[in-house]
Amino acid sequence: MPLAAFTWTEFAQQIAAGVREGAIYAGLALAIVIIYRSTRVINFAQGEMATFTTFIAWSLMNRGLSFWVAFPIVLAIAFAGGVTIERVLIRPVENAPVLTIVIITLGLALLLNGLMSIIWGGANRQFRGPFSTRTIDVGGVPISVQDIGIVVVSIALVALLALFFRFTKLGLALRAAAVNPDSSRLAGVRVGWMLALGWGIAAVLGAVAGMMIAPVVFLDPNMMQTILLYAFAAAVLGGLDSPAGAVVGGILLGVTITLLGRYVGFIGSTLKLPVALLLILILLLIRPGGLFGRVAVRRV
Amino acid sequence: MRLRLSVELLGFVALTAIVAELPRFVGDYRARELAIVGMYFIALLGLSILTGYSGQISLGHGAFMAIGGYTTAILTVNGFYGHPVRDLWTIPIAGVVAGIAGLLVGVPALRLSGLYLALITFGIAVSFPQLPKKFDHFLGGTTGKILNLAKPPYGLDTTTNDWIYYLTWGIALVLLLCAWLLVRGKTGRALKAIRDSEVAAASSGISLARYKTLAFGISAFYAGIAGSLYAIANAYVNPDVFPIILSVYLVVGLAVGGLDSLPGLIAGAALIYFLQNHADTVAKWLNHLPALSLDPKQPGISSVVFGAVLIVVMLLVPTGVGGLLRRVLHPLTTRLYTRS
Repeated sequence: MPLAAFTWTEFAQQIAAGVREGAIYAGLALAIVIIYRSTRVINFAQGEMATFTTFIAWSLMNRGLSFWVAFPIVLAIAFAGGVTIERVLIRPVENAPVLTIVIITLGLALLLNGLMSIIWGGANRQFRGPFSTRTIDVGGVPISVQDIGIVVVSIALVALLALFFRFTKLGLALRAAAVNPDSSRLAGVRVGWMLALGWGIAAVLGAVAGMMIAPVVFLDPNMMQTILLYAFAAAVLGGLDSPAGAVVGGILLGVTITLLGRYVGFIGSTLKLPVALLLILILLLIRPGGLFGRVAVRRV
Repeated sequence: MRLRLSVELLGFVALTAIVAELPRFVGDYRARELAIVGMYFIALLGLSILTGYSGQISLGHGAFMAIGGYTTAILTVNGFYGHPVRDLWTIPIAGVVAGIAGLLVGVPALRLSGLYLALITFGIAVSFPQLPKKFDHFLGGTTGKILNLAKPPYGLDTTTNDWIYYLTWGIALVLLLCAWLLVRGKTGRALKAIRDSEVAAASSGISLARYKTLAFGISAFYAGIAGSLYAIANAYVNPDVFPIILSVYLVVGLAVGGLDSLPGLIAGAALIYFLQNHADTVAKWLNHLPALSLDPKQPGISSVVFGAVLIVVMLLVPTGVGGLLRRVLHPLTTRLYTRS
């Protein structure tokens, strides 16, 4: 593919597209980090959970509800679903080795993926998003309203979450349960329910990410698979136990791969993912905890 | 200990006899199905050495199988400096190539533990299918490469399927023996020590770097052999022959078979094959339950059944078939009354 002449306008557009991609990765990466912090589990079903809730939103909108009416309903369903999954599937194996839990979340991913094919079929579906795709002029650079909307919603969500964790009693209990379960239990925090709550919040974050990305790509059961991988990469980049890192990592990754895919001819669109992973791998070798994470030092 | 050794040897001999005689009792097509089960078994043996014994998670073994398969395809179709290589001879080469790839992955894996490793290897599984698309003049792109149909060599008087069956299971039994010798010896003890506590293993003089990388290399070697056989049996390779989900299926098979139980893995391999190709049968059984009516031919049924089996097995029998087997055989392999 011959490269078109370089223009600053196009460069700015690419950056904007990268930030939009990154905002989606950041949302899902945040979901991964929240579950990881509280339960030390990586949820491989996160992408499928997000797609599933997006399909529910699609069904509701198909019944004639508008997006903003369906939105809170879907979030409530996602929350309930996340809590239920933790209670039913994860709690029995809470103290099992990492591999057992990884396998259960993989099983959950397969199960949800199959269920989606059965209920909604494998075909691509158009998902009408809340924002128009019309472009507006931002300082001489045309950017679509949809991209701006996605970024604004994602940032608002992250801010809301930060306020929740910082200023509410429940947020404090959640953090306490993640840092030191035993002491929090002694202090009267119901640790088990805090973990379930963490899964619920993660499911909500995933649902938002799903509903934001669905208008950009088509909605199908495998919609989130590559996105989930980028989100993993973003979470690892920022450090698996740092929420702020997940957001920074997501946006950094989104911009980097968009630019690499556009301006490095050899990489193009096929090698984006391998290159992204290679970069993450190199980073991990230099900083094993990611950009903002800490490497746990244990006394043996 | 000697009692246990003789039970294990007896089991191996019995397995060999069953493997040798089985094609007489089943049809030609069944032999082919069993051969593919054997290929999964080989891959699972390698994965067991890595995950079950050294405790490193790999969600990317499908990629190593693909490396093996592509090596065989390139050597038989393009040849080595223009000389096509007989498919039989490409099998060990495919294993070695995949093994070297495994060693290369093993080096960074030293610094990554648990979940990070799972993520990176998963990334390898997901990115591998992009490579044939990128380097399509060499690797055949999405259409892939077509191999010659496998034929029994040296004028052997068997059908192709029987030949592939005996080839696969012959190799599988040899590799099973190798794996068994490996894990019951010094290397196996070192790997298990690393799995149980890296710090303790390092303090007792085990070189973490050497053994962890070695485990990766050996396990990729096994996967490469399996992939090579798979390519020969299929007679073509393309990215869809080794889909991303294959890596997940292998982990499923490992979990069901029992992480560190070599014979239990046969059950895991059979389950992978069965659920992938006969999930509709399971759906038909389930229809006998009241209040259920599934359309067996619907896409997605296989994923649902796979996922559900996986979750149920992990919740109910976390040690897998191997764990059950061990519990049943325990009275046979230990003395009831020991002189102390």
